[in-house]
Amino acid sequence: MATWTWFHKLASPPHVYRIAGQLLPWFAIPAVALLAAGIYGGLVLAPPDYQQGDAFRIIYVHAPSAWLSLMCYTVMAVAAAVGLIWRMKLAHALAAATAPIGASFALLCLATGSLWGRPMWGTWWEWEARLTSQLLLFFLYLGYMALRAAFDDLQRADRASALLAIVGVVNVPIIHFSVYWWHSLHQASTVLRKGGPAMPMSMLTPLLMCFAGFTLAYAALACVRLRGEVLRRERQAAWLGELE
Amino acid sequence: MEDFLNMGGYARFVWPAYGLATAVFAWNLWSAIRLHTQAREQARRRAATLPTGAARSTTENR
Repeated sequence: MATWTWFHKLASPPHVYRIAGQLLPWFAIPAVALLAAGIYGGLVLAPPDYQQGDAFRIIYVHAPSAWLSLMCYTVMAVAAAVGLIWRMKLAHALAAATAPIGASFALLCLATGSLWGRPMWGTWWEWEARLTSQLLLFFLYLGYMALRAAFDDLQRADRASALLAIVGVVNVPIIHFSVYWWHSLHQASTVLRKGGPAMPMSMLTPLLMCFAGFTLAYAALACVRLRGEVLRRERQAAWLGELE
Repeated sequence: MEDFLNMGGYARFVWPAYGLATAVFAWNLWSAIRLHTQAREQARRRAATLPTGAARSTTENR
């Protein structure tokens, strides 16, 4: 009973608009604090790597942006599926709100990876499994956004783009496991590995803070974008007249 | 301080990476706020043209 009330409230635009506004500072403030502490720890406090020297410090922006690009795609695909199956326009709104954030972090992951690859591998780019599948992820985001932009009618844009988002989600596990499935230039996971993280605490703590900070920053950005998307989908609602 | 900026000889890789990260965060912030503000302006305008009774006047609530 209580579960259904909760579910119905999620389908109510004014309710979601208000809740997203209320949640915003709870995500944004810890995000700023964690990012500041994580970046400071990563750039200043952590010792240089015994093999990679100070170049390894790129990890503090590279790995969290890779994580965020994958998490955003998964959120987007699940939200799109919920929107398609239960005809919930707010789920489509969340998917649309998530796409540009995910795309920007997929690009950041590629760019910082390139800057890290040059001194460590001797190349800016290599057509190998991890890098290529991550590039495909970026193109899937662009495809999703371009498809949405091709429709004037938001509901049709929601439905058509949802299919693309759902089909593209197969790429997410491919990216994650690419370094194990194929012989890859890219190093395997440092944190999520058998036997625990392969890093001392002084390096690991700032990294975990950055992961948390990036994730909370997504949540805060998604709240703002979701509010915008909710308003775009409301054509005739009386509550629009009561916006603060 | 100079040692820190030098990043053990990797300055030209480390600092651009952090610069790009800053740019991506700044773009996200700007873009999200712009989306919300524009949608709110449009919604206000739509609400103002709704038949009376469907929405209260927008001016009344400012």
